[in-house]
Amino acid sequence: MRKEIANAIIELSKQQNIAFLTGDLGFMALEPIREALGNKFINAGVSEQNMISVAAGLTFSGLQAWVYSIAPFCYARPFEQIRNDACFNKRPIKLIANGGGYGYGVMGATHHALEDYGILSTLPNMQCFIPAFAADVNPIVNKMAKIPHPCYLRLGRCEKPANFTLEKYHPWRRLVQGHGPLLIFMGPLVGSFIEPSLQIEEKNRPEIWVATELPLSLESIPTPLLKKLADARNFYVIEEHVATGGFGQQLLWLLLKNDFHIPRFFHGFAKGYISGKYGSQQFHRKESGIDLHSIFQSLNLTLTELSS
Amino acid sequence: MTTIEQKIHAAKKRLLEMHFHSKVGHIGGNLSCLDALMTLHHEVMRPEDTFILSKGHSAGALYITLWSLGKIKDNDLKTFHGENTWLSGHPVPGWMPEIPVATGSLGHGLSVAVGIALGRQLTQTPGHVYCLTSDGEWQEGSMWEALIFYAHRQLSNMTILVDCNRLQGFGNTTDTASMADLAKKLAAFNVPVTEANGQNPKAIVEAIKQQKHGIIVLNTTKGAGISFMENKMEWHYLPLNEQQFHQAMAELT
Repeated sequence: MRKEIANAIIELSKQQNIAFLTGDLGFMALEPIREALGNKFINAGVSEQNMISVAAGLTFSGLQAWVYSIAPFCYARPFEQIRNDACFNKRPIKLIANGGGYGYGVMGATHHALEDYGILSTLPNMQCFIPAFAADVNPIVNKMAKIPHPCYLRLGRCEKPANFTLEKYHPWRRLVQGHGPLLIFMGPLVGSFIEPSLQIEEKNRPEIWVATELPLSLESIPTPLLKKLADARNFYVIEEHVATGGFGQQLLWLLLKNDFHIPRFFHGFAKGYISGKYGSQQFHRKESGIDLHSIFQSLNLTLTELSS
Repeated sequence: MTTIEQKIHAAKKRLLEMHFHSKVGHIGGNLSCLDALMTLHHEVMRPEDTFILSKGHSAGALYITLWSLGKIKDNDLKTFHGENTWLSGHPVPGWMPEIPVATGSLGHGLSVAVGIALGRQLTQTPGHVYCLTSDGEWQEGSMWEALIFYAHRQLSNMTILVDCNRLQGFGNTTDTASMADLAKKLAAFNVPVTEANGQNPKAIVEAIKQQKHGIIVLNTTKGAGISFMENKMEWHYLPLNEQQFHQAMAELT
């Protein structure tokens, strides 16, 4: 999604007075932004704490400050700067975090972002965006640009099947219709579930939804999904993020607070480093049981269990 | 006409009163920087300039300075550290333009100030940015990140002041994690650095006049002006009891 972010920022800079800061990252991706923004493109060096606070300071001159780094360096290293200097002070800084979840794969644990939107969701005046597809990046950037407080954008790798047509961007979208189990995703992981699900006959086919924004509100959930959630005997939430503070917990809390009856809830989430060994994003998804094969396997077990 | 020295004298008395009535500490560090804050706001700063108190634990000195300018009412000072107040122990934002950001966690204000100064350069907005740090605050790594950035960008529209009172939360700075000679270390980053007597308004004004940007290390005394507080670490925390309050006020008359 780095190409899309570069294009979206360049387009945005034509309408809005923006500054773009990077923590010395973005080789082979951000060069067009540097060219377009001139002296408002700032390589802040390897100093993420300073970069976030500088970004907050820049906004006092009417600049909207977009800040780019590899995800953990963007939210974990400078967490207090985000909390104090951006959130407490309500400054419109926009964090762009590349490589959500296990995105950096075998680069190792230091480069993974498994708890980003959960942690950031605890902060005042913060809104998180987790695009599921490359095509979501531009509408999300435009939406973030209109929000007068801090936002966080978690970028990943688009996994949309080439021949699949996406509906217009919405924080909640139904990607696959079916009468099987209800699966609700957050993040690009959903892309790999679309095609295999469409091959299943409709009565057993999972119904797949994807959500892309936090915090959640009941009002933003489309009526068909609300009806499904009200009637569902169970549903699955799947995300490449730890359970604590994640999308699953946030959704469940919202539903319970609003008197939904949830007889059973299944949660697929990032479980860290079970074997202690490292590999690709797919390797870690598999270890966490959130890859397509693991989820489908557990769905069959669950369906068998429910029908018995 | 009231001189800056007279204004500072009145401010000091009001600061002690405020701390005595609220029964809270941080008096020592407030007294070490009050001369600088008063001088800066009364004698140096123009309406378009901005001040950031990076050493947020000296909020009392900032509130008193803004009171002396007529920007905070005397009645508001009576709410200092109380319930339902804007005047919390460390500055909070959102209620007056003179306090644009929350500070109190050390090592933040300098970077924000650097961002404000850079933003003004990029948007060609007039106004100088002044930022006051403590000396112990330079033990925070983010301060050096900010200094590298400040030096690299040659932000000529910003001045950093260091309240160098040589005492920190639990000891002398030299005994805790020494940065001596701080001025030399700062100068090594290739920014203009000068030193001045931070308890002398004329010396502060002169230093700012002579050196338009860069760093001014203010040599100060924790608890300045009150004999039993001077250079005593405990006055980082202690509130005044009645006897101490009367003694302190007597020393100022």
